[in-house]
Amino acid sequence: MWCRVLHAPLSDPRVTTGTIALAAVALLVGGAFAGLIVEGARDPSGAASAFDSYLFRVARFTLWQALLSTLLSVVPALFVARALARHPRFFGRGLILQLFAVPLALPAIVAALGILALYGRAGYFAGVLSAIGGQGWPGIYGLSGILVAHVFFNLPLATRLFLEALGTVPDDQWRLASQLGMGARPAFRLIEWPALRAALPGVAGLVFMLCITSFTIVLTLGGGPRATTLEVAIYQALRFDFDPARAVTLTVLQIALTFVVVLALMRLGANTVGDANLPVASRRYLSAGAAETVLNAALILLALLFVAGPMAATVTSGLEADLGRLAGESAVRQATLTSAVLALLAALLSVALSLALVMARRALALRRRVGAKTLLEYATDTGAGFVLVVPPVVIGAGWFLLLRSVSDVFAIAPVMVVAVNAVMAMPFAIRAIRPGYDAASERHERLCLLLGISGWNRFRLVDWPSLRRPLATGFAFAMALSLGDLGVIALFGSDSLQTLPYLLLARMGSYRTMDAAGLALLLGLVCLALVLAADWLGRGEKS
Amino acid sequence: MRTFLYTVVSAVLLASTVLAGIGPAFAQEKLTVYTYESFTADWGPGPAVKKAFEAECGCTLEFVAVADGVALLNRVRLEGAATKADIVLGLDTNLTAEAKATGLFSPHGAVIDVNVPGGWSDDIFVPFDYGYFAVVYDTEKLKTPPKSLKELVEGNADEKIVIQDPRTSTPGLGLLLWVRSVYGDKAPEAWAKLKAKVLTVTPGWSEAYGLFTKGEAPMVLSYTTSPAYHMVAENTERYQAASFEEGQYLQIEVAGITTSGAKNPLAKQFLTFMTGPKFQDVIPETNWMFPAGKPEKPLNPAFDKLVKPTKTLLFSPEEVAANRKAWVDEWLSMMSK
Repeated sequence: MWCRVLHAPLSDPRVTTGTIALAAVALLVGGAFAGLIVEGARDPSGAASAFDSYLFRVARFTLWQALLSTLLSVVPALFVARALARHPRFFGRGLILQLFAVPLALPAIVAALGILALYGRAGYFAGVLSAIGGQGWPGIYGLSGILVAHVFFNLPLATRLFLEALGTVPDDQWRLASQLGMGARPAFRLIEWPALRAALPGVAGLVFMLCITSFTIVLTLGGGPRATTLEVAIYQALRFDFDPARAVTLTVLQIALTFVVVLALMRLGANTVGDANLPVASRRYLSAGAAETVLNAALILLALLFVAGPMAATVTSGLEADLGRLAGESAVRQATLTSAVLALLAALLSVALSLALVMARRALALRRRVGAKTLLEYATDTGAGFVLVVPPVVIGAGWFLLLRSVSDVFAIAPVMVVAVNAVMAMPFAIRAIRPGYDAASERHERLCLLLGISGWNRFRLVDWPSLRRPLATGFAFAMALSLGDLGVIALFGSDSLQTLPYLLLARMGSYRTMDAAGLALLLGLVCLALVLAADWLGRGEKS
Repeated sequence: MRTFLYTVVSAVLLASTVLAGIGPAFAQEKLTVYTYESFTADWGPGPAVKKAFEAECGCTLEFVAVADGVALLNRVRLEGAATKADIVLGLDTNLTAEAKATGLFSPHGAVIDVNVPGGWSDDIFVPFDYGYFAVVYDTEKLKTPPKSLKELVEGNADEKIVIQDPRTSTPGLGLLLWVRSVYGDKAPEAWAKLKAKVLTVTPGWSEAYGLFTKGEAPMVLSYTTSPAYHMVAENTERYQAASFEEGQYLQIEVAGITTSGAKNPLAKQFLTFMTGPKFQDVIPETNWMFPAGKPEKPLNPAFDKLVKPTKTLLFSPEEVAANRKAWVDEWLSMMSK
């Protein structure tokens, strides 16, 4: 009897909200495709001629570099996250985690220059590396350069997401492990690995999607056109050739390739059974042994050096710029404000949409309990992520074509920028929020049903306290991503809507490399400030 | 919760104040010019041009800027016949054939008095400046720069050059055409040799020039006028352009009236203004190109120090339009080996 009572009601408001959020995402992507398909239908020949030996080579390289980049980012991140989870009082831990959100906000060329400042032909390490090699250091141009840059972007991201997943391990499990005197190895196998494994497909999928769409990094550090991704081909199709049919075909191919890989990644995962009991124990950690502490510290330091190195190079060259003059320029101030506002709005929208999807997925999973997942459940889970592999230039161009006859494109430019950035950031926000929400739901679902709490009251009283921190993490990532965005703004941007990255590239494009370096520093600082603020909001008043 | 909500509300309020300032300015008479962003930047020709033209016409001149020349053409294509642009300023001759093919441009209908190498006759587009592609080198890293394209192609493979991708960048396409105009059908063989010297191929000019000034390579594909910027703005002669025996490839930047702009009488007035002294005087030290019209002020002495091309190389817009795809594919297959 009890069981029947405790079944979730069939019309769960969470499912409705989630479906609406999903529809909004589908509209954004579908609208863009519709615009391009209508235009492309005038001359569809580009679609068929897209499939040639060049495309085959490009697709192969795209997949190869993306898979390698994912492997090299995700595997080390598992261990770095575990090390960070084991040492909650590690010196500077908070700052490390905040720094880890910054790479996302850096435009690709800024990161590339930062990386080259260390490992390039004229980099800091060129002397040492030449001495070892016995001849002039050739730099890291080629696949190695691409991989280093991708790991720089994605290792910190994956680490933070894994850490979020580890945070969902119930305190009682730790208490038990501690009482049983469990060593590091069994604790990893029995407690940490299941939590990490549950997050693995999602995180790896996200990193894969970011790497498969890489553009500037692949061209700039790739050393030549042999290193070309599908994204470059799509850009080429829309830019010099203006061939919407070809662009749509290539985008569909990119989505299909990603789909196959994400499907394969799902097999790596596992469903974890959360803890349905309310936590009674206070957080207690396994005390790590001396050897493990040293190892963990070394691991964290190594990851920090790898990520902070290029950032330090960016800061150093930024400090050479005339920062006082830059800060005084009204264009810079206006761009800083525009960037911050657009990023805040995009992050808010992104987090709201993501939360809706996460809640709907959970509600659907609860309703199902056993049996195969429905299409809707898949869509609320990984479906939205596929937005990431639709190039911004495709979304922008498609909507432009669609709206040009009905509306003033300039007037809706800010709306488009916010909407596209918000949706692009959703995969990040979902990864950050889902573990926390699912764990909280596992604990509170029955209680809520029993007490008849639902809707806004439930969110405010029950979910909010445990969601606060993951929401802040998701918010920080979404903000960093929108802050660094160039793709959408480049198409919709006009004089009146200039963001910091836009300004940065404009300076770089007119010999003002010093100014650009200064603006990169400013961009990094704005990002760090916003991340700090999000963290502070997420921590709440009590703790 | 309350702090969070407060933040949300204030963010939305802040956003509406920022975005409210973005609406279009209304005026009785207005001319809308689409151009690339470095034209309208604070340090670009845009501000001075706007001031001078508005004083002359008693109207409002509005610039709308996109990333670069190619994006400019695409923007107009995306907007189609309903485009708000009266004038499109900043295409180059490699794009004009395709721009004409869109049918979105209208004849300028004026006698155009301009002075560009090789002369000018076009019933739709009017040039406003020009420049030459050149290999720019760092005198501190490279003591003996190549004296010809042949020397660059066959020279020491340790002396690297950063070039741009012709699939995504205008200078990249420029180098492709340059090599083609010197080597003809032997261009693929030349690329096969040059490949060893290419450090990397960037998506655009900015990335390439950034790598060059960071010291990653002693040479970069840029313009003969690049050293003028460093001499005038940074007071250094460190970066110089190499003069090639075979000649330099020319880039001519043009403007044209759109079909919808043809109805605006200010459009024709602007094109005449564009080739006149008030516009042309601004160009050299803001756009770092040579004026195509009739400036009144003499050029900054730094421009006299620049490389003077022994010969000017240029394909016609029609040749470029007809062969671009085949030549880029050829380049791709040689460079990808």
